[in-house]
Parts: sequence; structure tokens; C-alpha cells
Amino acid sequence: MTKTWNNKAWFMVLPVVILVAFSALLPLMTVVNYSIQDTFGNNQFFFAGFEWFEEIMTSSRFHDALGRQFLFSTIILAIEVPLGIFIAMNLPSKGWKSSLCLVLISLPLLIPLNVVGTIWQIFGRADIGLLGASIAALGLDYNYTQNAVDAWITIIVMDVWHWTSLVALLCFAGLQSIPEAYYQAARIDGASKWATFRYIQLPKMHGVLLIAVLLRFMDSFMIYTEPFVLTGGGPGNSTTFLSIDLVKMAIGQFDLGPAAAFSLIYFLIILLMSFIFYTVMNSLDKKEG
Amino acid sequence: MDLAWMGWTWQTGAFFGSIVLALIGMTIFSIKYPQSPKMGILRFETTPGDRLFMSLLGSAFICLGWLAMFGSPLWWALLVCCIYAFCVFRWV
Repeated sequence: MTKTWNNKAWFMVLPVVILVAFSALLPLMTVVNYSIQDTFGNNQFFFAGFEWFEEIMTSSRFHDALGRQFLFSTIILAIEVPLGIFIAMNLPSKGWKSSLCLVLISLPLLIPLNVVGTIWQIFGRADIGLLGASIAALGLDYNYTQNAVDAWITIIVMDVWHWTSLVALLCFAGLQSIPEAYYQAARIDGASKWATFRYIQLPKMHGVLLIAVLLRFMDSFMIYTEPFVLTGGGPGNSTTFLSIDLVKMAIGQFDLGPAAAFSLIYFLIILLMSFIFYTVMNSLDKKEG
Repeated sequence: MDLAWMGWTWQTGAFFGSIVLALIGMTIFSIKYPQSPKMGILRFETTPGDRLFMSLLGSAFICLGWLAMFGSPLWWALLVCCIYAFCVFRWV
């Protein structure tokens, strides 16, 4: 029997290919082109070779922003993933209480990023903000506009408030998909709560956790709007993350060549980290069976 | 269509062209000689496409590292990239 090939499916994916080409490939190609040239506008370019890459790779400004970015993403993942799992495990699993809790914890996700920044900017102010005024009333010297540690704590708390719900919702979906028979078997075996979590719930949540960790890593690594609105990258440069630095370079200074090289290096780091996360978690998933 | 805004150079054209050629070559190769994923020294399964991706990504970092440590030109870095890609295809 001869196998027949039907190539109609290729036409089905054509719209997506065209869309991706215009929204991702062409801009990426343009960035690559800009990264090896210098321009002052009017489509006039001067070849610069790898000069911008060399400049960025040896600049302490880039190293500092990269260090801050990794520190921020590490802290965010270390807090949001365990907290999201904890919340998901403690949510009511059925009935109206479950629906109500899901709606309530989803609310922060519906707020636009710049509004989140503005909310926390006001919330944290010692003169008019509830959080800032409460901390000041306790006698603590809190000022996120002048103190780098305070600024970091505020940004981290803001991000945890905004995005832990996403991890919790994904984990909740993972937990809901576990058949009751698994829990019955665990009860018959006299498994402790920890053993049930370690050998049933956690392995069953692997898929959603992979997505949650990837999404949160990529989002936190690309964070821009919230810290920009809250602190503007300050005090000093203490909360200037990679994207804030990149925008300053590209739009503030109009250094398109170095900014293009910067963004390509940034893109490669995200690609590498996502590949490592995906591969490691996928292999763990296969090992767990 | 005026593509002047994209700032094309022959170097970037050659760069993208070589990636497209590598992808086409890999596709033809995988149709002619289908290969199943294999387990390498990193202890996870990889397809030839995965190994190409790892080679390209790793090469980009080798070149960036070279620029940070020794600066331009990148000819020696290119040689290191070729050795690295060979190792990835052979052992990963």
C-alpha cells in the first residue's frame, strides 16, 4: 500500500507563519542588522563590525544590570513557586468557595502593568500610602525612593502580589487533574501528608510547574513597566534592570547600534536560560515517569 | 518594496542565509536518513534539530565570550565554534 501525502496542512499554518514573520522574524533581523552598524537616522548606516558587542560585553553598566536581573529573577522564583504551590494546595477544591477563591486570587492578574506600578507607588509612600504610613507608624525608616533595600523589597513584594496568583492557578489546575484513586491508595498505604505531596501531587504537577517556572522566569527577566513606574530604576541605578537600561540606551540616548547589540545579548541569555529550564525539568519529568 | 529601514548588509545576509541553508540541509537530511533521538553525555535525549540549536546557541556565547576576553576579530572563535559544534553533534 502506498502512503499518500496531503500537503493541505501547510496552508493551514501559513497565516501563523506570516504573522510570526512580521511580528518576530523581521524585527529580529532588523535588530541583527542594526547591531553591527551605527546610524544617526534617515536610514544612513555605517558599518561597525562587532564593536558594539565588544563594548557591551566589557561594560560594567551591562554587568551590573545583568547581576541585578539574575538576583531579581532568582528571588522571584524562590518566593512565587513555593508560595503558589502552598496557596493552590490550600484552596477549596470544590463548590462555590472554590470559585470565589479563584476569582479573588485572579484579580491582580487583570490589572494592567503600569497601573500595578502606580498602585504600589502610592501604596508605599510614607505620607499618603497605606503601606508606607503603616510602616512609618511602626517606627521603621522606610523610603523606597531613597533607600535601595527598601526599593528592592517593594518591587519584590509588588511582583509577588501581582504574579503568585498565576503560579497558584496553574498548580490548582494540576492538582485538580489528579484522580481521587491516587489519594485513596495513599490513605490505604498510610502515607503522610508530606509523602502524598512528594510522591503524588508534586510529580503530577510537573507539567504545570514547568510552564509556571518558565513563564515566571521569562516575565521576571524581562520586567520593565512595574519597576519603571515605581522607582524609575532608582535610587541611583539600584533597580535598573536590563530592560530599563536597554530602553534608556535605545530611546533615551538613541544609541541604536549598542542598544541592538544589548538586546541581542539579552535575547540570547533568555533563550539559553529557557532552554536549560525546559530541558532540566523535562528530563526530571521523564525520570519521575 | 523599500527595505532600507532594515539596514541590510551582505554580512548579515550571509549570516541569515547560512542559518536558512543549515535548516534546509537538516530537513533534507532527516527526510533521507530519519534518526531517532539519542541519549548523549548530558543524559537527555536530543534530535539532530536539538543539536543544531545547541550548536548555534553555544556558538553565539563562545563568540560573545571571545569578544569580552580578546576582542575582534573572531576567526579563532569561529574555529572554536566549529569544534564545539562537532562535539555537540558527536557526543551530546
